[in-house]
Amino acid sequence: MSADTTTPAKVPPPRQAPPPRVSGAPRGKRTSRGTGIPWLLLAPCLLILALVMGYPLVRLVTLSFQSFGQSQLWGFKPAEWIGFDNFSGILGDGEFWGVVVRTIVFAAGSVIFTMVAGMALALLQQRVSGWMKTLINIVLVASWGMPVIVATTVFKWLFDTDYGVFNALLSKLPGVDMVGHNWFASGPQGLLVIMLLVVWGAVPFVVITLSAGLTQVPQELEEAARLDGAGAWGVFRYVTLPILKPIIVMLTTLSVIWDMGVFPQVFVMRGGHPEADFQLLSTYSYDRAFVVNDYGQGSAIALVTVVLLLGVVAVYMRQMLQIGEVE
Amino acid sequence: MSALTTDAPRRPTGGRKKSKLGWNLVGLLVFLVVGFPLYWMVDTAFKPAKDAIDPDPSLLPTGITLDNFRRALDIADFWGPVGRSLIVSLSVVVIGIVVGLLAALAISRFAFRGRKIVIVGILAVQMVPLVSMIIPVFLLLNDLDQYDKLSGLIITYLTFILPFTVWTLRGFIVNIPKELEEAAMVDGCSRTGAFIRVVFPLLAPGMVATSVYGFIQAWNEYLYALMLLSQEHQTATVWLGNFTTKHGTEYAPMMAGATMMAVPIVVLFLLVQRKMAAGLTAGAVKG
Repeated sequence: MSADTTTPAKVPPPRQAPPPRVSGAPRGKRTSRGTGIPWLLLAPCLLILALVMGYPLVRLVTLSFQSFGQSQLWGFKPAEWIGFDNFSGILGDGEFWGVVVRTIVFAAGSVIFTMVAGMALALLQQRVSGWMKTLINIVLVASWGMPVIVATTVFKWLFDTDYGVFNALLSKLPGVDMVGHNWFASGPQGLLVIMLLVVWGAVPFVVITLSAGLTQVPQELEEAARLDGAGAWGVFRYVTLPILKPIIVMLTTLSVIWDMGVFPQVFVMRGGHPEADFQLLSTYSYDRAFVVNDYGQGSAIALVTVVLLLGVVAVYMRQMLQIGEVE
Repeated sequence: MSALTTDAPRRPTGGRKKSKLGWNLVGLLVFLVVGFPLYWMVDTAFKPAKDAIDPDPSLLPTGITLDNFRRALDIADFWGPVGRSLIVSLSVVVIGIVVGLLAALAISRFAFRGRKIVIVGILAVQMVPLVSMIIPVFLLLNDLDQYDKLSGLIITYLTFILPFTVWTLRGFIVNIPKELEEAAMVDGCSRTGAFIRVVFPLLAPGMVATSVYGFIQAWNEYLYALMLLSQEHQTATVWLGNFTTKHGTEYAPMMAGATMMAVPIVVLFLLVQRKMAAGLTAGAVKG
């Protein structure tokens, strides 16, 4: 109830958005004093980022055009420029394309699953009683806060072949016998479990962000739509969804970026040595570099991943900058 | 009728009540499903060993023992990794907050040529998947003679803590009205004075939340910790891998270890989450 009564009060602020623009005026006056100060403040940050981010990024690009193995690592031989050989090597490899497709399917599945479940739970949060809302919030935040590595070991235990509680529970259903079922015997089933783990970890952030967004949807608008004869779905589709769009775009792009970079979940689930049909781009690149000791090709794979993500990053940045524009 | 429509959702008719009950049942189901992995971790951790490895486990606690915790502490040095994780996470947070605050001030309180490029840069940097940087970072630390050193790991963690800190603090700063600072300056404060006396106290809760959040991120990191430190210098997250050997996995002690690692972090997280979510979404909803 209390949640219901507070929402109308929260509605006005967004409408008062224009005033901050006015305060932009004195800004110009003040900065005429000296343009050196902001750069001075930024200097330490930019220096550190240049060292730990800029340099490795450049190195990632140069490495992918070099032949760099064990002997280059120890400094016995200088790195040799080999042009596009690393790229033609991986692009001509059927296994690589298998990994690309698997990664995209895995990421797409995780993102859709996360967003749909997140939206459903956020809407559910609006409909349950206050105490139930608090209960759900506590488990959501607790599972959000779980270290990925701990969550992974817990899921490994839940889905254990012999003693996992999941198999035991499934077998209680009539006509189902899953005793001793090995979920990780094949890639697709194992990745499905890993997807569940990823979604379980990602849903809380989505639910909490969407819930905050839902409180900003003006109730009069929903009411008006309902009076005009819109059903529950109509109100959601034509009122709620358009208002939440900026948040949804932000959450979706972030999820794509995160889910394309899933690593510890697969790595730990498979005991540090993911089998061929568990390989995603992240583990594949790692494998190439640190197991096969071909750092050049490993870098090329990582670079391809980054390039694949560029489009998504662009959408995310546009959204964030639009939001920033308002201030 | 028109009077009724304003508070239609609260009409205490029987139908509404019934539907609330239905939603609550769905909510209960969600609560149980989402919370189950957490429950099962703690439940297994306290279970006597023979009940833990039961092909048909009882869903309710069967008895409480601390044996699994003893075994977990026995299996490999626990406090060493925890100490190292603490050193790394605290150092990263302190450096990140100091350096990040300066940068956040620059991009939120000053207008200067290139501001937009810096903002885009900091946003973009956050989007590079960490995994793809591991090879050059490994080679860089190797060249700088920082491989297997905590200082090397600390520098590395700044790659994700620093952009995050700058962006989050920026969010908190822009929510503090500029007029407050200006009023203080009219009253004779210097710009620095106005910041220390007016902005800083208002920013403090946001800084605490950002620090705690950054601490959690650094504490939870796994890949770099695994790659950049040798087995004998492992951090807490890597320590959890010790329960799996060639002979199989000791699940009950592993869940005890997992509980020890997760509980402090989850509690910290519960404390700051509300503040963080507010900071993260305040800007987004305005758009």
